[in-house]
Amino acid sequence: MTVALGLAGGVGAVCRVVVDGLLTGRRPWVFPFPTLLVNVAGSLLLGLLTGLVLFQGAPDVWRAVLGTGFCGGFTTFSTASVASVRLAEEGAPVLAALNALGTLALTLLAAAAGLALAAL
Amino acid sequence: MPSATRTRPAHAHPGLLLLVFTGGVAGTLLRSALATAVSGHRFPLATYVTNVTGAFLLGALLEVLLRRGPDAGSHRAARLCVGAGLLGAFTTYSTLAVETDLLVRGGAVGLATAYALGSALAGLVAAALGTGAARAVLR
Repeated sequence: MTVALGLAGGVGAVCRVVVDGLLTGRRPWVFPFPTLLVNVAGSLLLGLLTGLVLFQGAPDVWRAVLGTGFCGGFTTFSTASVASVRLAEEGAPVLAALNALGTLALTLLAAAAGLALAAL
Repeated sequence: MPSATRTRPAHAHPGLLLLVFTGGVAGTLLRSALATAVSGHRFPLATYVTNVTGAFLLGALLEVLLRRGPDAGSHRAARLCVGAGLLGAFTTYSTLAVETDLLVRGGAVGLATAYALGSALAGLVAAALGTGAARAVLR
């Protein structure tokens, strides 16, 4: 299972880079929308997976491989944090705060939605 | 020898994606190992330490690469493999979010708040420190 978990994480990371690349095109975003989107989507998915395991008796391997593995590899805290710092340094402290707090708020909401969906 | 007039974007470059994958596998396994080693606390310590450490390291890495030259060739490869791949997979926002929600569901609202806001804040500080440390060393 550890192997599957690791591989799933690698796939998650690749998916993140691909999504970011597809959404970025020629000109980089000022505000890191692609990272935010990836983090929110991944949190929704992990919330759903966790809920399915906790509330619906889904096999725990789902949470391990798809959750800890894929969602963990897909989402990223480091990129979001560094992006906020960069925004602040480039003279956009409001955007920096918006990214930091906005990512937190939206991922929390997405994860909660995922958990709630699984409990239905 | 002819050279490409436009660099192929990373997401369309199989070789670079393979580097991302490799880094991603390593980062995920490290995160998982740390989670196993640091378990049994009400506060999600493993995720917290993982995320804050990763933010610091990514701040440092990106600053080093920035200073060393344009985002091409081996620099871009390093950024993608170690930055996006390893550190990107090492850290996780989804786990932070779900752990916080579960704490709230369990009634530990204060702990959840401290964890979530503490993580976000510590992440910013760590990323700034990492960037600053790289600058100090490369001065």
